[in-house]
Amino acid sequence: MRFINSDSILETINMIKVQHLDIRTVTLALSLRDCMDTDVKVVGEKIYEKILKYAKKLVEYAKEIEDEYSIPIINKRIAVTPISIVGESCADYDYVYLAKMLDKAAEAVGVNFIGGFGALVEKGCTQGDLALIESIPEALAQTNLICSSINLASSKAGINMDAVYKMGEIIKKTAELTAEKDGIGAAKLVCFCNAPGDNPFMAGAFHGFGEPECALNVGVSGPGVVSAAIKSLPDGTSFDELANKIKQTAYKITTTGELIGREMAQKLNIPFGVVDLSLAPTPADGDSVAGIFQAMGLEHAGAHGTTAALAMLNDAVKKGGIMASSHVGGLSGAFIPVSEDAGMIEAASKGYLTFDKLEAMTSVCSVGLDMIAIPGETPVDTIAGIIADEMAIGMINKKTTAVRVIPVPGKTVGDKAVYGGLLGEAPVMDVNKLSSSDFIRRGGRIPAPIHSLNN
Amino acid sequence: MQDDKIIITLSGQDKIGIVARLTTALAEYRVNIEDIKQTIMQGYFVMFLLGSIAESPYSFREIKEALLKVGEELKMEIWVQKKQIFDNMHNI
Repeated sequence: MRFINSDSILETINMIKVQHLDIRTVTLALSLRDCMDTDVKVVGEKIYEKILKYAKKLVEYAKEIEDEYSIPIINKRIAVTPISIVGESCADYDYVYLAKMLDKAAEAVGVNFIGGFGALVEKGCTQGDLALIESIPEALAQTNLICSSINLASSKAGINMDAVYKMGEIIKKTAELTAEKDGIGAAKLVCFCNAPGDNPFMAGAFHGFGEPECALNVGVSGPGVVSAAIKSLPDGTSFDELANKIKQTAYKITTTGELIGREMAQKLNIPFGVVDLSLAPTPADGDSVAGIFQAMGLEHAGAHGTTAALAMLNDAVKKGGIMASSHVGGLSGAFIPVSEDAGMIEAASKGYLTFDKLEAMTSVCSVGLDMIAIPGETPVDTIAGIIADEMAIGMINKKTTAVRVIPVPGKTVGDKAVYGGLLGEAPVMDVNKLSSSDFIRRGGRIPAPIHSLNN
Repeated sequence: MQDDKIIITLSGQDKIGIVARLTTALAEYRVNIEDIKQTIMQGYFVMFLLGSIAESPYSFREIKEALLKVGEELKMEIWVQKKQIFDNMHNI
């Protein structure tokens, strides 16, 4: 654009001002592998110093770029090496202490969250992995900014069912230890299948193996922009044209992410990593993935056809976004968190959207069962059953899936869990009352699936 | 340098002296005007201005703050953005 193209300028301003286009997160991914030591106190100090060294200016630079382009950068975050590995070098494990040091460092540099308090245990647990998992409830109860993720399954390794059962217990305990805040600890804890090591979004961000020393990853947003683009089409527009419109819109959203990511990386003098081109909703009016389903012609999220709508949306977003960035990664697709999406909250509250429908939708969305409040009295075995089902969907379909459910202490179906901010609020949803116990408690590992005979 | 180009978008109730007030501020802050476009949209005055800050001794932030004040004085909405965001979004 050598001269002024007023339509383009107005479109961009409208996307930011009216349709909630924003950069959802700039996430500094940082290896902590060089922080190992036999003395846990030394590990904690090294972690603190390294985070301060690399992330000191993260928030300041994000504000500068926000100002230069007049586009909000909502979250500034850090993702680190799975802490089970970093803390495993210690003679005496003390993962709660390491969580507190991470929390202290995150607070000192002013970020919103720090992710990576986790382990990758799809094939089995080391001593350090087990100690970290056991420490999660305390760690999340005693810190504010820590997010935890555990990879329990992969398409190559199968599902670690011992760890699935253990995580059922841990999720429940984590919620109970933060009962006064509707179990918010569990909102910062996620179980994965096929977890990506470059995801900038919480609660699942961590700095994976094979990643460089550090990188700047960026997560975009923009459900409102996609909704508006679909609504601008004439009624009855065919799916072919609908898919093209979504692709064009995803392209525009992603270019902005790429620009901001590269500028941030340059300022921080670190490599640019990836753009995660996810459609991440917020509880704000008009910033809803459920709203996209309605714009597509469904009465509400949960109607028959919702899974097809989501499948098309997810795919078109990837196709449009991938051309706009040199490196796309992370989770990239459409998120369907219940509590963080005004339309999903409404659909769940009115009973249009059930747990089972959400599970079906996770087979075509970018992640999984996300931010779903369930009754506090849900048995551990049932929570483990929910996790096992979701891991199976990811394992067989070779996609990332995840479970972030919150058994809200003292609350049941009809009640509401309130977290505030981006985490929003969630109606407590009903889960199946049948027992999963004898199945879940068998122990061992569900073998990896065959990768041929794809029927 | 692409980085030196800014787009200013000013909108609101039409009145006498809008362009004069804005361009005076731009001259003061040594911003060179490369293109101007203005129109009336749904009864509102809207003006777009492409400027270069390459020769300005002031930082982007200082210039933006000064222009935001002009917007306040004129009781108009003003956006000051680096041009790159539009180039990236609307060109393949």
